[in-house]
Amino acid sequence: MKRGMMTLLARPWLWSFVGALIMWLAAITFTGGYGGGGMLTAALSLSVFTVIVGIGQMFVITLGPGNVDLSLPANIGLASAVAMKVMDGSDSRVALGLLAALGCGLCVGVVNYLLIRALRIPPIIATLSASFVIQSVDISYGRGLQIKPPPGFADFTNIQIFGVPLLALLTLLLVAGAGIVLHRLVFGRSVSAIGQNIRAAYLAGVKVEPIRFATYALCGVLGGLDGALLAGYFRGANVDIGNEYLLASIAVVVIGGTSVAGGKANIPGVWGGALFLVLLLTMLNTFGVSAGIRLLLTGLIIVAVITAAGGAKAAR
Amino acid sequence: MAASVTAPGHRLGDTRRLLRALLPSLSLALVIAAIAWLNPRAMSYFGFTLMLNLAIPIALATLAQMFVIAGNDLDLSIGTFVGFVCCVSATWLRDTPWLGALALLGCIGVYACLGALVYLRNLPSIVVTLGMSFVWQGAAILLLPKPGGKAPGWLQAIMGVKPPLVPFPVVAAAVIAAVGYFGLMRTSYGAILRGAGGNPVAVRRAGWSLLKAKATLFALTGAFGVLSGMALVGITTSADANIGNGYTLLSIAGVILGGGEFVGGRVSPVGAVIGALTMAMAASPLLTFLRIPPDWQVAANGAILVVVLAARVLIGRKGSGQ
Amino acid sequence: MTQAGAAFVTLGGVEKSFGAVRALGGVDLDIAEGECVGIVGHNGAGKSTLMHILAGGATPDRGRLSIAGEDQHAYSASRATALGIRCVFQELSLCPNLTVAENARVFHPAIRGFNWRGRAGRLILDKLDEIFPGHGVGAGELIQDLSIGRRQMVEIARAFTVSDQPARLIILDEPTSSLDAHTAGQLLAHVRRSVAGGLSCTLISHILGEILQTCDRIAVMRDGRIVVADRAQAFDRASLIAAMGNVETAPPPTEADRRAVAGSERPVRVRMRPKRQPDAQDLVAREGEIVGLAGLAGHGQTDLLLATFAAAAGWRRGGAVNAAVALVAGDRQADGVFAQWSIAQNIGISSLARLRAGLLISPRREAALANSWRQRIAIRTQDVHANILSLSGGNQQKALFARALASAARIVLMDDPMRGVDYGTKLEVYGLIRDEAAAGRTFLWYTTETEELKNCDRVYVFRDGIIVAHLLRGELTEERIIQSSFAGAH
Repeated sequence: MKRGMMTLLARPWLWSFVGALIMWLAAITFTGGYGGGGMLTAALSLSVFTVIVGIGQMFVITLGPGNVDLSLPANIGLASAVAMKVMDGSDSRVALGLLAALGCGLCVGVVNYLLIRALRIPPIIATLSASFVIQSVDISYGRGLQIKPPPGFADFTNIQIFGVPLLALLTLLLVAGAGIVLHRLVFGRSVSAIGQNIRAAYLAGVKVEPIRFATYALCGVLGGLDGALLAGYFRGANVDIGNEYLLASIAVVVIGGTSVAGGKANIPGVWGGALFLVLLLTMLNTFGVSAGIRLLLTGLIIVAVITAAGGAKAAR
Repeated sequence: MAASVTAPGHRLGDTRRLLRALLPSLSLALVIAAIAWLNPRAMSYFGFTLMLNLAIPIALATLAQMFVIAGNDLDLSIGTFVGFVCCVSATWLRDTPWLGALALLGCIGVYACLGALVYLRNLPSIVVTLGMSFVWQGAAILLLPKPGGKAPGWLQAIMGVKPPLVPFPVVAAAVIAAVGYFGLMRTSYGAILRGAGGNPVAVRRAGWSLLKAKATLFALTGAFGVLSGMALVGITTSADANIGNGYTLLSIAGVILGGGEFVGGRVSPVGAVIGALTMAMAASPLLTFLRIPPDWQVAANGAILVVVLAARVLIGRKGSGQ
Repeated sequence: MTQAGAAFVTLGGVEKSFGAVRALGGVDLDIAEGECVGIVGHNGAGKSTLMHILAGGATPDRGRLSIAGEDQHAYSASRATALGIRCVFQELSLCPNLTVAENARVFHPAIRGFNWRGRAGRLILDKLDEIFPGHGVGAGELIQDLSIGRRQMVEIARAFTVSDQPARLIILDEPTSSLDAHTAGQLLAHVRRSVAGGLSCTLISHILGEILQTCDRIAVMRDGRIVVADRAQAFDRASLIAAMGNVETAPPPTEADRRAVAGSERPVRVRMRPKRQPDAQDLVAREGEIVGLAGLAGHGQTDLLLATFAAAAGWRRGGAVNAAVALVAGDRQADGVFAQWSIAQNIGISSLARLRAGLLISPRREAALANSWRQRIAIRTQDVHANILSLSGGNQQKALFARALASAARIVLMDDPMRGVDYGTKLEVYGLIRDEAAAGRTFLWYTTETEELKNCDRVYVFRDGIIVAHLLRGELTEERIIQSSFAGAH
């Protein structure tokens, strides 16, 4: 029993949930208990979008030092436009639009990998360069059009069941699926092996390059999915819709206990980190602090968390 | 016997090296030639002053980025940092100069501490500076919630100098390149700083402190970031918290375009300034003359970066083939 | 000549162990001023450990170290530098992105201020001119642009340069490995001149001719001790080789010999040729054979194993491998273990395809596989779900063996995997390898321990990246291997 307690406490993802809980308690204390439930519902709704891209980013970061996908915001923006355009405001074309968004994300992932592999560009610059091109494509593609989601799709993304957003339930399935992929599929094992030691992974017979390709492609697909859902939730696509997910996707991964040094992924932590970030912003909003303080605190917390987490790596 | 065997390879290596060294200047020449061909009237004192208007802050930010890259790190916060410095310059530095100066010096200190933190805790600089980018932006918004403020008169006066014959941005770029070159490439401690990026173990074994080297490199980044922000606000005369956001990519691109590499302490201050000028001219004047719609200008920047990196890989591959 | 000066360095009863492995078992050695001492010995004799202790990179467990007449207690690398001890080790310690002159500056903190580049360049170029006339190196050239031989020349010259601190003893560990015969001759001539001028030197080389010609005295090491030390004139090539090895005769033909002969009809599994092999000598391994790769450490054995691994994956041409391969890494931390995983996960990574039930990896099967190997190979742990690092080094190595042997690979490559493993573990693993070979597996076994080669059916000896000898089991003695590993001259 005691040992079970200890192992539970040793799990880094727990702290992200504890942090999220503290943020929520602080916020409802401030409001005098008013609106606590609504706050949670809203936080769950918003965290979904961070969780989806966070999972993709987590797989990429787990590949090891230097691997990160900075093209997610542009990818989300383009996919949202593509999805809305293909759906064309008609409920009958929702599935087609979703497929198009996924395909669009897949293309982005493939292009990222090709830049990294063929031009031997470090992933940071490759994905950043790609994001500029994607952004332009998006601007010129979506220009002058009021792209609205079909009403059915917009409603679908906003359904709540007893205060729990349907999207959050579906994302729970996605997260569970990601857990299976990470722990029970050859792919997930290989990603983790590559991240721990790419040379040892190669010598143990892991197919390093195909796995890296699949990882960037997966991250792209998740970005595409996120774009479509965001457009539905916010009732319209726009170029800047994904902007906040650059830092957020990396932050939730780090806060959730995934090692930036690679090889150690943590799936529940991604959700904990997302809730923490959203509730942090909610709390700061209820306190009525300015946007400046909000940014400042977010940045400082990320630096603090990475500093604290970095020590564990040094001990290894 | 050894000499006769290695000589041809040596010469082939020479041409490759020459090509690599010339790549930054060739890119700049290409951009200027393109502009001259598209719009001959731009090739004048006034034209260059106008086109290179923003080249000075970009060149300074690029040098700032170059110092962290020399230590195998990356600063993703340089853009928002430049924006923050702009805000400080347009408010405190004008109203209470001693407070402004103190704040800017403090920023350099923060950068030195970041360097020490990255070294001591063995942290990935990307994530740390990504977090810091929010800190700088938040601080800038706190200081200047709405675009405004006013640059100190002396700063505007400096940036508005009109030297005879040669446009001011060209003179300034030459001075910046010279300072960077002598500071990093010709001083005896500069060699240690670069060596710490190239073979840290050997440098430490020779008795040097890697902590000091890393903190120095980051402090230099902070110092040039401060200069970049001051130059920028001297040109635009008023500030905005988001004014420098594009500088993160521009600075990284400038360093790489100028022949720098992400690892191994391989950087070139002169190349970085040339790279910055190229990016400054390619970023908007060239694209405007090419009548590239504004929508596609960001893409063109990304594409230029990819093309240059591809060219470098091609040159490098020819070398490794033999 | 031999008793030129007073002792500069005196080592008395120096002992050093790494874990269970005893690297030095009581070494006594004097190095006089103006004397060049050659140190020879086979792999694992303790040469490198001894030199690292001299250079301050390692601290002896026991024994006395006295330099320039003073006993050293808080000895370290910086203390060694202050006392004038310089080393040229095999791994290059130059910054590739700096120029030749700047590298001299990194080494000499005293060179600073006005015209430091000129002075640093002069210092290193003068020394290069002195040691390697006609070297063709410029002070302003980047190290990364120099050929490997010229880099080695700069590295050597830098060790001989003097600014504010004296140079009293130069440690040269295989200094000629990247030099051609001409420049190697220049270096050795310079060593002789410096020694005549009062400098001390220690020289390690696998080219015995260099040692015999250059050194005043030669110390032969074996099993962490100096077994003979005498004037260089007292030795010749044959007596050095005899002193390095244990006296023994070839074992009588055994079952394995008959297998080796009978094996020549079995199908060939691996046929590889080292990249720079000048003749048609291939390395051939057949089904069920244990083939040894011998020679001094770092002479191309690992490269050939990696090339075999790549050829099996079909990524590189230049060899034929017609079955799946698995590799047992020698450098556990760098090439082997996944530090964040359990023992079971570490064992299972090369067998994932077979551990699946449907699409998913079955944790039950993974644990079953790990447990079966835990028993077969006696991995000492209560729980295969414990982290791999909870095991001792030897047991981690067993887990890596289990990973390779549990996989479907018919060919197992072993990259000197027994370094630092205790004797009991070794015996268990040897037995396992013989059983697996009898069951038809092929082993390519690079080892630096001559004793282990006795488990092999045939042995290829490597020197300078190529195969220089092919010994059948009946011809296998330590003397034969040492004879092939050490060149007579260039």
